[in-house]
Amino acid sequence: MTIMIDTGNHIAAKAAVMAKPDVVAAYPITPQTTLVEGIASFKAAGEFTGEYICVESEHSAMSACIGASAAGSRVFTGTSSHGLLLMHEMLHWAALARLPIVMCNINRVVGPGWNIWADENDSISQRDTGWIQFYCSSNQEIFDTVIQAFKLAEHEKISLPVMISYNAFVLSHTSMPVDIPEQKVIDDFLGKYKPQWKLDVKNPITFGNIIGPVGYFNVRKAMINAHENALKLIPQIAQEWKQKSGYYHGGLIEEYKCDNAEYILLCMGAIGAESKVAIDEMKKKGIKIGLARVRTFRPSPIDEFIRLGNKADLIVIDRNISPGLGGALFAEVKSAIYDKSDAKVYGFIAGLGGTDVTYKDIETMCKKAINGKAKESELYGVVEV
Amino acid sequence: MKKYKVVTSISYPTKGAMGKTGSWRVFKPIFDKEKCIKCLRCWIFCPESSIKQEKDGTISIDYEYCKGCGICAAECKVKAIIMEREVQK
Repeated sequence: MTIMIDTGNHIAAKAAVMAKPDVVAAYPITPQTTLVEGIASFKAAGEFTGEYICVESEHSAMSACIGASAAGSRVFTGTSSHGLLLMHEMLHWAALARLPIVMCNINRVVGPGWNIWADENDSISQRDTGWIQFYCSSNQEIFDTVIQAFKLAEHEKISLPVMISYNAFVLSHTSMPVDIPEQKVIDDFLGKYKPQWKLDVKNPITFGNIIGPVGYFNVRKAMINAHENALKLIPQIAQEWKQKSGYYHGGLIEEYKCDNAEYILLCMGAIGAESKVAIDEMKKKGIKIGLARVRTFRPSPIDEFIRLGNKADLIVIDRNISPGLGGALFAEVKSAIYDKSDAKVYGFIAGLGGTDVTYKDIETMCKKAINGKAKESELYGVVEV
Repeated sequence: MKKYKVVTSISYPTKGAMGKTGSWRVFKPIFDKEKCIKCLRCWIFCPESSIKQEKDGTISIDYEYCKGCGICAAECKVKAIIMEREVQK
């Protein structure tokens, strides 16, 4: 085990290279650029021995990943914001073709106006593509989740692509110390990739061709089953990694001081790390509040939401918005617990456009809800200009 | 042939998986054996494997599956294949 002090992007590059992908196909975009540059540096130094395909767009990047994965390769890529949106068509493609591609997405605002800061609307708008989605709150978690993602994606009961999202700059360009395990630990954990299917001249098949209504419904059913399997396998793989590496960031969710809580705060990404400070501060003041940081947005941890809703009232902070509805996590939590729990659910939308969300802001939002002064769902932190 | 367990849109080689696609044809390739120089460009380029090699080195066309795309006629350098409007009988 060595300690590497580096940015989220460089840590993700290190994790990706240690997973030994056969192919990386990527196109640079702020704030992901230093991730793919990191992989290119490892390639130049001979530490990454797979193929590095430079492409002309993100649509091509994902298409190249699909081709490589269909040929039986372990594949990694990374993108952000408009790059992710340009991939949208191929994201559906990768998932329906059941290709276990692992991708980091650095959560960045969608334009216009042009803005490179943290906001989750890019990945939230990909939620129905069939990709498994993780949200990370520290550089250590980025490293560990990239490794876990390969294991999960390639599992015979899953065979789905996995997206690992983390906030622009807050994590992507912020250095933190990260424990890097020995290569052998990762090799033993992941094993050799055995594709569920592949294009092979010795066994000729085609894929992605015409399929009738009945066949297509079966493809969807199989994908739904894979997501249900993921609900069990994500916590299991997180535990296995804990035993190998000593690091654990939760399964589907990470609970923090939820014992005897009367209120539980739910959020995703880097706000989850800041929330721990806010929880500690509020605990000191005698407020019975805990944190449930959502690691897995897809599949949705519905049973966990119900369990939490039967313990406490829920406060949800979203760094995203579905315009005309509200925060995505807020809407999903409410939908999950409907008829199963009497918990009140308060929603705040904060940090849009990359506005800062400090522990003090989180404390203010929680207190507003606890004191009965919050609307069911409201924006927090809009400064009139 | 190896079959995979995973449920996605994988096709295994088989004849006419989508039925007799010759019925989709609007234009029909007509082969003139006299002009044929046996280069087999049509056979190489046909995307539907509807050009068959014959023992004498020329070709024949499988009208049950030929969709009438016209690639064979476009590729033929000696105009031994021409496209004619399909006539419903």
